Order: sequence, then structure tokens, then C-alpha cells
Amino acid sequence: MPSGAELIRQAKEQITEVDPSEVHELLGNGHRNGTVLVDVREQQEFEEAHLPGAVHVPRGHLESRIEGAVGDKSARVILYCASGNRSARAAKTLAEELGYERPESMTGGITLWKDRGYEVDVPRRLTEEQRERYSRHLLVPEIGLEGQLKLLDAKVLLLGAGGLGAPAAFYLAAAGVGTLGIVDDDVVDLSNLQRQIVHTVDRVGMPKVDSAEQAIHELNPGVNVVKYKTRLDASNIMEIIEGYDVIVDGVDNFPTRYLLNDATVRLKIPVVSASILGFDGQLSVFAPYDGPCYRCLYPTPPPAELAPSCGANGVLGALPGIMGVLQAIEVVKLITGSGEPMIGRLLLYEALSTSFTDLKVRRDPDCPICSRDPESISDDELGVFPDYEQFCAAAG
Amino acid sequence: MSTIKIPPVLRPSTGGEREISADGANVGEVLRKLAEDHPATASQLFGDDGSLNRYVNVYLNDEDVRVLDGLDTAVKDDDTLVILPAMAGG
Repeated sequence: MPSGAELIRQAKEQITEVDPSEVHELLGNGHRNGTVLVDVREQQEFEEAHLPGAVHVPRGHLESRIEGAVGDKSARVILYCASGNRSARAAKTLAEELGYERPESMTGGITLWKDRGYEVDVPRRLTEEQRERYSRHLLVPEIGLEGQLKLLDAKVLLLGAGGLGAPAAFYLAAAGVGTLGIVDDDVVDLSNLQRQIVHTVDRVGMPKVDSAEQAIHELNPGVNVVKYKTRLDASNIMEIIEGYDVIVDGVDNFPTRYLLNDATVRLKIPVVSASILGFDGQLSVFAPYDGPCYRCLYPTPPPAELAPSCGANGVLGALPGIMGVLQAIEVVKLITGSGEPMIGRLLLYEALSTSFTDLKVRRDPDCPICSRDPESISDDELGVFPDYEQFCAAAG
Repeated sequence: MSTIKIPPVLRPSTGGEREISADGANVGEVLRKLAEDHPATASQLFGDDGSLNRYVNVYLNDEDVRVLDGLDTAVKDDDTLVILPAMAGG
């Protein structure tokens, strides 16, 4: 019976070995000509560092996974491991048992590769705490590690820390959104607590942005909270919203909704929009130029008698809960690129009948805002937003 | 008879009804029947010239009637009309 060392020596005699310098040259000139680079080490070793562009097939799973990774058996396959032993045995298996025509093993493995000073990819990893905190996201394929890293990198702006903003803030913080901006100039009032669940009795009188920040950090201290204790208007909107990936619109008035629309179309920032009244809610995603904008759906605001506010007409406390959480879900979908976001669709939720109605929203070819090229809007025009305050004054 | 879904802001004008059935061969006829039965809705739906107010969206099933034939869009018995005004509450 040959020793292990003897088996490896024999394998190396029977297969083709390739020097790291040749592999480096192959990667460097960008013309790999169909060559596939396969890392046959264990998961943990691969995660620490691997050759750029390598696919991972642990040697223990070689037989079951190699055909998924390398479908073409006539392709040149360069295998590597830590020092060139495991990959030599793997190359022998590919050639003799799996019918691959050109398997090769890289001499000296990634150790020699690094000794030569060639670059490696060090994948981003979650900390142990993050791995545990987000484990249920990591388990769903639509999010996974890649999606979670996107969430951790994402910047989401919440307009309003009120009925809709409160549940959205909680779930987006819990989901690990890296930066949450919050715009609200109000302070917590006892009458808010019927629905605005980020706030508490002992924080009545505190600015809502401070109260929301406290709640977010109690849930997830890893979230970077950026507070804007101000009212969004034409003079500050561009400065505030620029740089955010997604905006959650939960504002309580028409002037700000129209202003937000125009500014986000200009900057091409998607808006997850919801509104509530009584027992009814509406939700849509306005993704500039991918779908309609707010003005395509509602060209003009209704007159005052048809546009009551929650303050004047009341709202079921749990209603913004469901609508704000739907907003949070749409944000996660946009960031991770999963599913079909509500672009070009409007969801109506009627709590009294428990019915959800999905309506189509089309782009208006004559839309005064999104039918134009954003670059065609000059800086001068940007500085002079139409005066929505006056335009919508009657709408309250 | 087609069904009209009444939004919260119009319910005071329909005696609190959330759904109303009305006859009519097209969207305009159905809405005018609604306005006839519930006169308080008339000025909220139609302008002085008889056209739909710009701030009122009307959907036939899931499609905006503006991209169909507007008030002339034919309506079948089991169709649902949704009257949808903008809401700003948050």
C-alpha cells in the first residue's frame, strides 16, 4: 500500500502542472480563453482569500459539484489548493474518472502564488455578531450574504418619523440598512403614540428624530443614524436627499410630496411612497425613468375638501403599521434586487373589507417632469422650484 | 350593473357606502348615474364642462381609463370601477 506522500507524488507525475507565473499571466492579460480557475480548498480557506476570478469547488464535493461549475469538459481547468497537493489529486480525478480533457494543477498553490507577490481577492465578510444577527436573511437565497452586504452598504432616507416612518424605521434598522437618514421637524406628542411606535411615553416632547434614533439604536446599534430636524422644502431638499439610494416617503402633505417627486426625478432616486387615511392605504414605488413618477399618477393635488389629513380625519393606528412595513419590504427588494418592486403599480389596501387591489400606473408621455431628460433641467431651473406651498395651499 | 369602489373622501357623499352598483354602458354613464343617485359627488367627480376632474383617477378594473377611452370606455356588468383620489396622509 503506498503512503499518502507516495500517492501525491504519483499523481503529480501523471497530471500536468502549471507554474503560478503562467496563471498570473493568463489572468493579467484578460484573455482567459475559456480557462476556468478552480479553488479546491475548504470553505473557510476560500473565504479568507482566493485567486481573482476563481470558482470554489471543495475537493470533498468535487464529483458532485464540478460539472455545475465547469460544464465544458474540453475546457482548460486549472485547479489550485494551498500548496499543490490536493489540487494534484483533484486533477487526477477529473482526468481519470470524470472525463475532463485538460485538468491542470497549479504548483505550490496559493501559498507560492502569494510568495510571488501576486494579488488575491479577500472577500468581504460579516462579523460573527452580524452573521448571527442576520442569519435568517442569510438563509433566504433572495438575500443571502450578497444581499445582506448590500443592505449594510445602503443609505435610506425616511421622510417623516411618524405613522409610516416608525414601522419602516424599525424594520429597516432590524434588516441592517447601514445608514438611515430621518427628516422630521416635529416633537413627540401623546396623540402620536396611537400609531407612531418608535416613540414612547417618556419621550413625549422630545424631537422625533432623537426619539427615533434612540429606538433604532436600541434595536440595532450598528445602524448609522443621520438626523435632519427640519422641514423639507425647496431650499434644502437637494442637499438633504443627494447620496441616498432609496427614499421612503411618509410625509403628511401634498406640497412636500410634489417637491420630493421633482427633486428625486432630477437625481434619479427611487421613492417608496405610501399614504394613509382612515382605514385605507396606498403604496407605490416611483423609480425615475424606469416607471411613472408621482405626477404621472396624480398630475394635480385635489382641492382641500377631498384631501383631508390624518390629523383632521383620523386614522386606524395599525394602518400605517401595515403600509410602513410594506414600504420597508419594497426598500429591501430595491436594494437587494429581488422580486418585482411596485414600480408602475399602485396597491390599495382597504382594511374594513380586508382587500388588496393592484392597479397599473403608466408613465405620462406629457408629464411636466419625468418626460424630460434630467440633464436638460439646468441648475437655474433647479434653484427655482415652482412654489408648491402656494400651489397646494388649499390642500392642507 | 357594475360596481364602483368609493374612496374614503367621497363616502360622506354616498351615505357612507363603500361600494355602489350602477348601470351604464360606459364609464361616463356609470359615473353620471352615481352622481345622479348621490348628487353631492357630482362636483367632486366632474368639472363644469362635464369632463372628469384632473385630480380624480378612475380605474376600470386595474387599468386607468385615461389610457383606455376615457369616459367612453365600455363597461361590462361584472366590471369594477375604482375612484382614486390622491391621499397625502402619513
